[in-house]
Amino acid sequence: MMIELMYFLMNTIISTVIDILPIIVILFGFQFIIIRKKIPNFKKIIIGFIYVLLGLSLFLVGLDEALFPIGQTMAYQLSDPDFLTGGLDIEIGWGDYIWVYIFAAAIGFSTTIAEPSLIAVAIKAEEISGGGIKSWGLRGAVAIGVAVGVSLGTFRIVSGTSLPLYIMAAYIVVIIQTYFASKTIIPLAYDTGGVTTSTVTVPVVAALGLGLASSVPGRSALLDGFGLIAFASVFPIMSVLAYAKIADMISLRQAANNEGKHDLD
Amino acid sequence: MPIVLVIGFFQYVIIQQPFPNLERILPGIIFVVLGLALFVQGLEMALFPLGESMANAFAKKGSLIALLSFAFCLGFGTTVAEPALIAVAAEAASVAAKGGVIAVNDDAMASYATNLRLVVALSVGVAVMLGVLRILKGWPMQYIIIGGYIFVIIITNFAPANIIGIAYDSGGVTTSTVTVPLVTALGVGLSKTIRGRNPMIDGFGLIAFASLSPVIFVLLFGIVTAAIS
Repeated sequence: MMIELMYFLMNTIISTVIDILPIIVILFGFQFIIIRKKIPNFKKIIIGFIYVLLGLSLFLVGLDEALFPIGQTMAYQLSDPDFLTGGLDIEIGWGDYIWVYIFAAAIGFSTTIAEPSLIAVAIKAEEISGGGIKSWGLRGAVAIGVAVGVSLGTFRIVSGTSLPLYIMAAYIVVIIQTYFASKTIIPLAYDTGGVTTSTVTVPVVAALGLGLASSVPGRSALLDGFGLIAFASVFPIMSVLAYAKIADMISLRQAANNEGKHDLD
Repeated sequence: MPIVLVIGFFQYVIIQQPFPNLERILPGIIFVVLGLALFVQGLEMALFPLGESMANAFAKKGSLIALLSFAFCLGFGTTVAEPALIAVAAEAASVAAKGGVIAVNDDAMASYATNLRLVVALSVGVAVMLGVLRILKGWPMQYIIIGGYIFVIIITNFAPANIIGIAYDSGGVTTSTVTVPLVTALGVGLSKTIRGRNPMIDGFGLIAFASLSPVIFVLLFGIVTAAIS
């Protein structure tokens, strides 16, 4: 058991090294050939790289061992017609998939909170905004967006409605929100759309989509199974823009209240 | 770990089945927590400082070509080997084969998948390059992105139905865990060094470019391959 796990870990470390090898070659290639300067704190950076490698490998092995298998079987079980009807031979409509929608929202939220690249961007955002944006607030807002998006995406698969229609509607909402948003939040909000969907979210969410599309009668896994990741990338943009707007409004109201008190004095 | 809670709740309360092999799951969870802690540590030690110091060095050197070619290589190099992209490209090839766009044999599917991967990697390279150029020039980001969205909406109407889902998804799979911190640090570092740029307004946005452009390129790829066949 332990030996098996160690073996698996070694394999993952090797494949992670291979995955990030091109990045390392590019970074150091440019550093030595074009910049031609010594890297400050070279030793610390090497140790940091090893940390990243080890951390990522441990993280992936842990996910593979513990969470992915259950997450995937559950996606299948919850969308299984036998489970939905309780074994009875009745027609199932889109309303019967309520647990699938709730599961999709919950899994979207929790995988996003654990997403390492989102953590990276949130740390940077808090640092640059001087604490004006809280790392946890941003991650929460993004996670809510992904939850809503994935949940709506599963509804789309179940109901068999057109993907471009949803995505276009979502784009239009984003465009309108952008118009009213403060200039400082827009790039960050757009970035979170791409960040949410990486190591953790993609495998689980993709499995959910493919599982659902293959078990819902009349859906093809290949045509309807895709699209969930697109939902998970557009909706966080909306939720982050909304989060920034609400935060702005609260601080404005507080400022207004304080002024009101002054008038009374 | 919220994921554990979610899965535990659904397993016991809704599906009402006991957990399969709990003794594998517990070490797995410890691995995840430990891995994340190490990753964040390494992020602060290596990826962030390296990205920013390289951004500084490029800004000081003042060679636009060197900086832009670095940006392109970073986008292209990190995407072409991305495992998630390889998986999606293979999936897309089998969809295309079933849809009759390409011949149903391994050769045709393999070359389709490779082409698609190259197209996506190329698009990410171009996107990061364009994003860096935007930081240098201080262009407002929203017009470019919204223009991109509108373009996506228009060409969706011309794309074959079976490529649309894959195209929309491809934007999400290109940005890997190591690329994101590096690219973010690069953008923020550049906008800190160049006078008149605000890191909050100009520093972010590179990832948004890298997620939007694959959608456009894959849709175009679908249109072109469908037109040829």
